[in-house]
Amino acid sequence: MTQTRDPITRFEGPAVALARDNIDTDQIIPARFLKTTSRTGLGASLFADWRMEADLTPRPGFILNSPAALGAAVLVAGWNFGCGSSREHAPWALADFGFRAVIAASFADIFRQNALKNGLLPIQLSPSIHAGLLSRVEAEPGAIVAVDLEKQVVTLPGGETSAFTIDPFARACLLAGVDEIGYVLRQSDAIARFEVARGLAAPHRR
Amino acid sequence: MPTIIDKIWDAHVVSSAADAPSLLYIDLHLVHEVTSPQAFDGLRARGIRVRRPDLTFATVDHSIPTTPPEWPVQDEVAARQVATLEANCAEYGIPCAGRGHPNQGIVHVIGPELGLTRPGMTIVCGDSHTATHGAFAALAFGIGTSEVEMVLASQCLLQRRPKTLRIEVAGRLPAAVSAKDLVLAIIARIGVDGGTGHVIEYAGDLVRALSMEQRMTLCNMSIEAGARGGLVAPDETTFDYLAGRPSAPTDAEWDQSVARWRALATDEGATFDRQVSIDGGSLSPMITFGTNPGMGVAIDAPVPDPTSIEDPVARQALRRALDYMKVEAGKPLLGLHVDVVFIGSCTNGRLSDLREAAAMFRGRRVAPGVRALVVPGSQQVKREAEAEGIDRVFREAGAEWREPGCSMCIAMNGDQLQPGQCAVSTSNRNFEGRQGPGGRTLLASPATAAAAAVTGVVTDPRRLS
Ligand code: SF4
Repeated sequence: MTQTRDPITRFEGPAVALARDNIDTDQIIPARFLKTTSRTGLGASLFADWRMEADLTPRPGFILNSPAALGAAVLVAGWNFGCGSSREHAPWALADFGFRAVIAASFADIFRQNALKNGLLPIQLSPSIHAGLLSRVEAEPGAIVAVDLEKQVVTLPGGETSAFTIDPFARACLLAGVDEIGYVLRQSDAIARFEVARGLAAPHRR
Repeated sequence: MPTIIDKIWDAHVVSSAADAPSLLYIDLHLVHEVTSPQAFDGLRARGIRVRRPDLTFATVDHSIPTTPPEWPVQDEVAARQVATLEANCAEYGIPCAGRGHPNQGIVHVIGPELGLTRPGMTIVCGDSHTATHGAFAALAFGIGTSEVEMVLASQCLLQRRPKTLRIEVAGRLPAAVSAKDLVLAIIARIGVDGGTGHVIEYAGDLVRALSMEQRMTLCNMSIEAGARGGLVAPDETTFDYLAGRPSAPTDAEWDQSVARWRALATDEGATFDRQVSIDGGSLSPMITFGTNPGMGVAIDAPVPDPTSIEDPVARQALRRALDYMKVEAGKPLLGLHVDVVFIGSCTNGRLSDLREAAAMFRGRRVAPGVRALVVPGSQQVKREAEAEGIDRVFREAGAEWREPGCSMCIAMNGDQLQPGQCAVSTSNRNFEGRQGPGGRTLLASPATAAAAAVTGVVTDPRRLS
């Protein structure tokens, strides 16, 4: 398969925390920013309603407005991150802002899929390790977290390590820098055979 | 012994390799303006065509205005998005019900209406409420834009087999309690992530007795419980609804199809990964008080009190939600001042929903200071409602009767709350700012929403009916 993006193996960077459960995609990127027909530049709208007052001035207390968020690579959040809509604008906005991984206690299904397709790692840690990391990063924004996708291990700010799993197929694609569509397109013959067997080969009349 | 979910899944697996997800064939791909432009760009970059434009159908719903078509378009960016979809569909040969087209409407309303949605199908759309189509025993789920591109390119999707959850609802719906109340009760019970990783089969006497439109309301909100999809086995109610629809099979093909559809039901003795039982007979009208759809209570029940919650994280989350909503803990929402009432969306924008609301508006007026917006789910719903004179009931009561679209469900098109305003809405999401930045949303049934419109406060619909 041809490589279509930079492979992801290992990286490390500052982490920031949003200690909330059920962070929904309407918070990650509010709907009024979905009128774009492009997938770039969405980082400016990331968490817009939490980051900015109604008059668009930055809200000082919000973590993404703090100096620690500059160059942040890892976002640590609570349970069920990314619930709600299927908008892929959510991982696009996170990645465009600079995040390369979200660490949570659990993820909503569609968000997890969307993130993986964009090289944003949805890393689920066990509840106790996750809780420890969340409070650590909350207390110390910018603490360094290292992610090793090859070994499926994160190194926490204290130096301890914790294992995680990424769907093996998605992981292989990310490690090789290939996208899943290329893989599927190589199966055109199998798809054509399926269509013949199912009587779907002829154009469908509506 | 397979479940209905297994049967549909197994019939659509093109290939499965040991180390990869299954390649699942998609029978119907629905497309709208918001989640598709980047997917078409991807096709263009790869230099490939849409594999099966004949199994793809597009419409515009999310960002279009609901003002009359002859009014000038206010939002240039949204207009460009709509034009982009229409141009992409023309370029790739995809049928498209664009703005003003007689079949245009919210994508999950028009699929069933046109008979495009049928039992046993796999259906996807770049939209999380695709589960709606599960009412017809379709395995239907929302996908992201990269997956939209994958399906356009290959008519297939890479998927891991979902886990199965059976929700069995016994009893009969009490008077003035709707399918919306049922699904809000289910989500309050299992939680906003209670269905994660699962597809739900809704079963039981109460579900069997629901109309197709009620089943659509129920399946629609499966995603609000975190589930990928939710479906109901097909029966006479399903077949009666489908017969004669524009894309439904006819004659001998119809008979063969019905026989095939009957065989989809979960086999006796099949096991689900999880099972939940609900007593439908004890349900009340529901309303949400917080900032996710799981934060719901019976309309006359008190809003939970954070001080009574032991888990500190849950306590904090509840407190935050009540602060945002400006709602008092420990007492019912009844009597809470309401600024706006929104009746519409893919959850409750069909004819039976509008009838339910109209029954409440008839002979009454929208309370002073309240804005009531009624938005039919599709052009067809609008035509049918107008043929029945329902539009007049709304207008005479002082409500706005709009053109079809998603409107204030997602507030992308200019229909939105002002900061701080409180709305009772028949839509499906009460997330912070969902209906406009700073807006506060209470989710409820059409009857409860209409009752709030005519009284100006949260009101138990049983008191007015
Ligand atoms: S009505 Fe609301 S939930 Fe339904 S498709 Fe439109 S925006 Fe999504």
